Amino acid sequence: MAVELKMPALSPTMEEGTLAKWLVKEGDEISPGDIIAEIETDKATMEFESIDEGTVGKIMVAEGTENVKVGTVIAVLDGDGSDVAAPAPMPSASEPAEAKEEAPTEPAKPATAKVQIARDPDLPEGTRMVSTTVREALRDAMAEEMRADDRVFVMGEEVAEYQGAYKVTQGLLEEFGAKRVIDTPITEYGFAGIGTGAAMGGLRPIVEFMTFNFAMQAIDHIINSAAKTNYMSGGQMRCPVVFRGPNGAASRVAAQHSQNYGPWYASVPGLVVIAPYDAADGKGLLKAAIRSEDPVVFLENELMYGKSFDVPDMDDFVLPIGKARIVREGSDVTIVSYSIGVGLALEAAERLAGEGIEAEVIDLRTLRPLDTGTVLASLKKTNRLVVAEEGWPTCSIASEISAVCMEEGFDDLDAPVIRVTNADVPLPYAANLEKAALIDTPRIIEAVKKVCYVD
Amino acid sequence: MATRKAKGGSQAAAVTSPTDDPEFALRSLQEKYNKQGSYKANDDELMEFYRQMLLIRRFEERAGQLYGLGLIGGFCHLYIGQEAVAVGLQSALAEGKDSVITGYRDHGHMLAYGIDPKVIMAELTGREAGISRGKGGSMHMFSTEHAFYGGHGIVGAQVSLGAGLAFAHKYRDDGGVCMAYFGDGAANQGQVYESFNMAALWNLPIIFVIENNQYAMGTSTARSSAETEFHRRGTAFRIPGMDVDGMDVLAVRGAAEIALEHVRGGGGPVLMELNTYRYRGHSMSDPAKYRSRDEVKEMRDKHDPIEAAKAELIKRGIDEAKLKELEKDIRAQVGEAADFAETSPEPELSELYTDVLVETY
Repeated sequence: MAVELKMPALSPTMEEGTLAKWLVKEGDEISPGDIIAEIETDKATMEFESIDEGTVGKIMVAEGTENVKVGTVIAVLDGDGSDVAAPAPMPSASEPAEAKEEAPTEPAKPATAKVQIARDPDLPEGTRMVSTTVREALRDAMAEEMRADDRVFVMGEEVAEYQGAYKVTQGLLEEFGAKRVIDTPITEYGFAGIGTGAAMGGLRPIVEFMTFNFAMQAIDHIINSAAKTNYMSGGQMRCPVVFRGPNGAASRVAAQHSQNYGPWYASVPGLVVIAPYDAADGKGLLKAAIRSEDPVVFLENELMYGKSFDVPDMDDFVLPIGKARIVREGSDVTIVSYSIGVGLALEAAERLAGEGIEAEVIDLRTLRPLDTGTVLASLKKTNRLVVAEEGWPTCSIASEISAVCMEEGFDDLDAPVIRVTNADVPLPYAANLEKAALIDTPRIIEAVKKVCYVD
Repeated sequence: MATRKAKGGSQAAAVTSPTDDPEFALRSLQEKYNKQGSYKANDDELMEFYRQMLLIRRFEERAGQLYGLGLIGGFCHLYIGQEAVAVGLQSALAEGKDSVITGYRDHGHMLAYGIDPKVIMAELTGREAGISRGKGGSMHMFSTEHAFYGGHGIVGAQVSLGAGLAFAHKYRDDGGVCMAYFGDGAANQGQVYESFNMAALWNLPIIFVIENNQYAMGTSTARSSAETEFHRRGTAFRIPGMDVDGMDVLAVRGAAEIALEHVRGGGGPVLMELNTYRYRGHSMSDPAKYRSRDEVKEMRDKHDPIEAAKAELIKRGIDEAKLKELEKDIRAQVGEAADFAETSPEPELSELYTDVLVETY
C-alpha cells in the first residue's frame, strides 16, 4: 500500500513553501520520526518528519523547488515494497518557469498583484522601484532608523535569536547586537512598561508584540502611561515609543488570536495609530513612526507579511503620518479602507469596473489622526461611500467614518454610508464559519451596488 | 558550578531540583546594613534632613486644609508620617543623574528633591503656574529637570516604568540609578514581578523601594499579602532585600548608601522595604475606620520621624531658638506657596487642546 507524502502546512498562514532539501533518496527505508526533508516556509526552515514507515518509492518534487502548494504530493512511500502507479513528478527547480505555469490557477487570496496602485505623488522622477515583501520593508525601516539613531532599539519576544516570530526582525541581531535587539521573557505588561519608561528616559524603543492580541496584557501602559503623560505633565514628558506587531485576523487561529485593535487605539487621544497596507507604506510610515516624538501604535497584518509590492529605492523613504492615500481613482463611489481591507477594496473596484462602476479607493493608512479631509473630498466627488474594514462593526473605524460623513458631508451624500465589516461575533475556528465571518470582496461589491442603487 | 551538579549520575537525577547555591547571598546587604547601622550625619546634614521633613509635613497639612476648603479637587494622598523615607533615600542620590519615579502619593518625593513648593501647590489647585500647568493634579506631577519622572496614578505602573528608566541608564551607560517607589498595595501587582524578573535578568541599575505604610487603602498587609515581609519578595528573582526602619531618617539614609553602593558597583537591582506609617487616611476622602485611634496615636507619639530628628538635634546641643526660627521659616514658605496656589490664574481654555501630541500631523 503506497502512502503519498504531501507538502505540509507548517504555519497557520502557510499556503506554499520551498522544498529546500531532501534528506532521503529513493529506495531509502524510513521509520516514523525520521527527518526526511527541510522545508522553507514564509517564516522559517522547518524539518519534515515522517509519521509513516516504508521505502521511499518516488520523489515527486525535486529539492530546490519553490512555491510548492500545501497538499502537493512530494513523494510516494511504498509501504510494502509494491509498485504503485505514481502521479507524474513535478518539474525540478531547474525549470522554475514551467513550475509556475503548472501551479493551480486559483488566485491567491488577497489578490493584489494585478491591481495598479497609485503611489504618493512626490517621488523623484525616475525612482527605481524594488519588489519587496511587507516583512522585509518593515525590517528595512527598523534597520535604517537604527543605523541613523543610536537611541533606537527593538525589544520583544523572540525578536533577536529566533529572528522574529514572524521573521520581521530577521538579521537585526547580527547587525546591531544584543544591546539593541533584545529578547524579552513572555511578559507583555512588564516589557511594555519598560519600553515606555525607556522612552521617558530619552531612548527610542520599538516594542514588538508577537501579536496585538497579547498587547491587551499591556494596554494599561500603552494608554495610561504612554499616551497620557505628555498631556498630564503639561508637555514636559516625552514618550517616543513605537508599539508594533501583527493585528487583525490571521488564519484559523480562532477568537483569542484574531482581532483588530485599530478602533480601540484610535479612540485614545495622545496616541498616533498607523495601519499600513502595502510594503512601501509599511516602510515609509514605520520610519516616520520611529522618528515621531509621540507614542505610536503601528498595526501590521500577518497575512500581508509575505506579499510583495514595489518599494521606492531611495536613501531615506519616509511618508507623512496622518495622510490617507487615494490608491485608485474613480468617480462613482468611494470605498474607504485600511490595512488588509485595501486589497479587498481594490479587487472589488476592479470587478465593479467591469460592470461600469468606477470606484475610488482610499487607504486611510493612519487611523489617528484620521485624514477626514481626503475622505470628504472624495465623497464630494462621488456622493456615495462604503467603508470596508476587517474588524467588528460596532464602534469601528467604519462607524467613525460614517459619523464624519454625516456630520461634515451630509449634503454630499446621495445614499447612506454602508459599513462592510466582519460579522459581529468572536472569530470562529471552523473553516466555513471563519470564511463566513470575515469581510470579503463580494460583500464590498454588494454594498457598493446598494449605495449606487444598482441591483 | 559544583553545587548545581545533579546528585547521582542518571538522566532522571539531572532534572531534579538543584540544591540551592550557598553563595546566593540574598541577605548580604541586610547583614552589611545591620553591621554598619545608621548614617553618621553631621549637624548640618541632620539639620537639613529635619528641614526637609518638616517642610513636607507642613506642606501636606496645608494641602489637607486647602482640600477641605474645596481649593484642591479629586484625589489627594498625603505623605504625613512617611517623610523620613523620601528624605533619607533621596538625600543619597545624585540629583539630575539618578532618576526617581513613584506612584500617586508623590508630593513628598518632589519636595525632597528641592522642587519649589509653590509650583507643586499650584498644581494641586489646578492652576496654570502648576508644575504640570494644571493638567495633571496631585497624582501626576513631573520634573524632567530634576529627573523626577512622576507621579503615576495606576497602582504599580511606576515599577515597570522605573525599570525602563533604569534600562535607559544602562543603555546610555550614564552611571545613573533609578529609584522606583511603590507601596505595600502595589507590591501585589503582577507587573511588579515581571519587572523584578527583567531587572535581575538584565542587571538593571534600579532600587525598588516598597514604602510599607501597612495599609493598601483600607486593607492591612495581613489581610492582603501572603508574605508580609516584603523585602523577601525579590528572592525568586535573586534580588537582595533590605528591611529598614522607615521612621528613622538616618537609618533610611544608611540603608540607601549600602543599596546604592551595590547597584552602582554593577550588582544589579536591590529591593528595600521601608516600614513606615501614614497618619492620615489613604486619600482625603478616607475616614480610616479600619484602624484604631490608639494605633495612630502610638505611631505619632512614639515613632514620629520629625520629632525623633528634633530630639537628636537638641541632644547634640543645637540651639532651640535656631529650630524655632527654622519652623517659622517653613511656615512662611508654605503659607506663601498656598497664597500663590490660591491666587494664580487657572489655565487658559486654549490649554485644553495643547500637549495632546508633540508633533503636528
